[in-house]
Amino acid sequence: MLLVELRKLVRRPRTWVSIGLLAGLPTLVAVFLKITGIGPRPGEGPAFLGAVLSNGALFPAAALALVLPVFLPVAVSVMAGDAVAGEANHGTLRYLLIRPVGRTRLLVAKLAVTIVFVFLAVLVVAAVAFVVGATMFGVKPLPSVSGQTIAAQDATWRTVVTVVYVAWSMLGVAAIALFASTLTDSPLAAALGALAALVTSQVLDLLDAAASVKPYLPTHYWLSFVDLFRFPILWHGVVRGFAIQGVYILVFLGAGWANFATKDIKS
Amino acid sequence: MTGPVSPAGPREPQGVAPVSGPVEGAPAVIRTEGLTKRYGGIEAVRDLDLEVREGDLFGFLGPNGSGKTTTVRMLLGLVFPTAGRVELLGQPMPRAGRAVLAEVGSLVEGPAFYPHLSGRANLSLLDAAGPGGRRFDRRRRVGEALERVGLDSVGRRPVKAYSSGMRQRLGLAAALLRSPRLLVLDEPTNGLDPQGMREIRDLLVELVAGGATVFLSSHLLAEVELICTRAAIVHRGRLVVQDRVDALLAPTGRVRIGTPDPGRASELAGRLPGVELGEWRADCLVVQLDGTSPEALNRHLVAGGVPVRELVVERPSLEDVFLRLTGAEVPAAEATPRATRRREVPDAPG
Repeated sequence: MLLVELRKLVRRPRTWVSIGLLAGLPTLVAVFLKITGIGPRPGEGPAFLGAVLSNGALFPAAALALVLPVFLPVAVSVMAGDAVAGEANHGTLRYLLIRPVGRTRLLVAKLAVTIVFVFLAVLVVAAVAFVVGATMFGVKPLPSVSGQTIAAQDATWRTVVTVVYVAWSMLGVAAIALFASTLTDSPLAAALGALAALVTSQVLDLLDAAASVKPYLPTHYWLSFVDLFRFPILWHGVVRGFAIQGVYILVFLGAGWANFATKDIKS
Repeated sequence: MTGPVSPAGPREPQGVAPVSGPVEGAPAVIRTEGLTKRYGGIEAVRDLDLEVREGDLFGFLGPNGSGKTTTVRMLLGLVFPTAGRVELLGQPMPRAGRAVLAEVGSLVEGPAFYPHLSGRANLSLLDAAGPGGRRFDRRRRVGEALERVGLDSVGRRPVKAYSSGMRQRLGLAAALLRSPRLLVLDEPTNGLDPQGMREIRDLLVELVAGGATVFLSSHLLAEVELICTRAAIVHRGRLVVQDRVDALLAPTGRVRIGTPDPGRASELAGRLPGVELGEWRADCLVVQLDGTSPEALNRHLVAGGVPVRELVVERPSLEDVFLRLTGAEVPAAEATPRATRRREVPDAPG
């Protein structure tokens, strides 16, 4: 079943279009930076972008920081929201279930494919950004956000942890979207539901009056991976982020499974 | 309904060899007991007891909204019953679904495919998704299924470029993919032209002859009348009747005598005991027999010098049975075969 879902993912033009767009955005930003040579002033604009002009090695992290707040979650919401609701919408869900594919199995396969998509998207963005950054700005030893330089080997594993962290954060999004996907037969409604949850979280995160719930919001620690490029690393946010996302993933996958396993399939 | 109905009468279909039906005591392939489904306050299906035996070509009839599709979905474990039990191939559904459904091929509420992939790719994905069957002969299985429904030459075109008839055929191919023991088909001839309908009917009869059992949910009464061995009629979620088709279509006792002299015929026939005179027209007379055979009536008339052009023993159409049992208005799509039927008995009242 997993192989079948992978084949569907790979053969679907949308997969490649969305990944292409995701990788295209940082590239476009890089082109503008290169031509004008105008970076954001230090402390303003997206993370790392100011430093990228002088060192392309930071560009993968900068690229992830660019796509993370909006673009990547939208892509993940659309993919995961489509997982079950899209099959229902096509009418293929009933044929899969009576083939038979167990409901739990189907959901697990859908989740696995979503994970593959998330990692693929994050990796492609990081890889394309690395190539773009290296060719346009050149690679030097990384200056950390705190000022010291980071050795190349050190930088590699920090980038790897960043990729994993971002992917994990996106899995939180995927879990919410997958849950929404089991609630409706409309893939658009499912994606919209997940995005509504994220936008709500991001708005509350800006609101001082909501200070008491902020640490529990799914989006609160998304950008904490910036701390991985400090010296020494500030682990607090990253660890909390991992934990909070873990809870969201568990709760929403559980809810999605409970709903899907007991649902009347009328699509 | 545009399917070909032979002028010789619906029970002697052209090309379709009638299926004899299951042997006595064949095991039940589908059995439901007290099957009930409530959606909120609405009872879609109520207390339904169905029994389909191995070798049946079972017609499942009902007007739109009578609970046919909900029943089919409950049989296949897509919808969970509120009360009652479903047994498929002797095992409880939906619990044994994983084992049982692998031997069931279905078409539920129209075919559905991934539109950007070819028919072949769709079948191949579906084949790979479930249990059973080896990978190396998947291509052959898919090819055979496509050939059975006459789609082997469509090639690499994506399904979105298919006509609705082709989609319907592809849906059937998907149902046939694993050589299932039981086929549960919901309106399999939808969207097909008369030639296509005929081919599918022939195919179903052939499959049953080959040992499969077919559960055919349909609103096309003529179609069911043509090929099914047993039928159930549901109305408003309840079972109205379940019997052999030939028992449902047993003669009504009405006999139409075609003669240029209906006056004399009615005079003579009226003297015969067990004959109740019906209406008569310029060239025919209708009588109701009770205790007299049509043969005896014919002999009596001819002996009395009445020229008898024809003598037709009336059988009810499935539609007549349907109307009598449900008291339902037949929707337009179902009413069409009536005209075909009436051509035979032009003067009988509706």
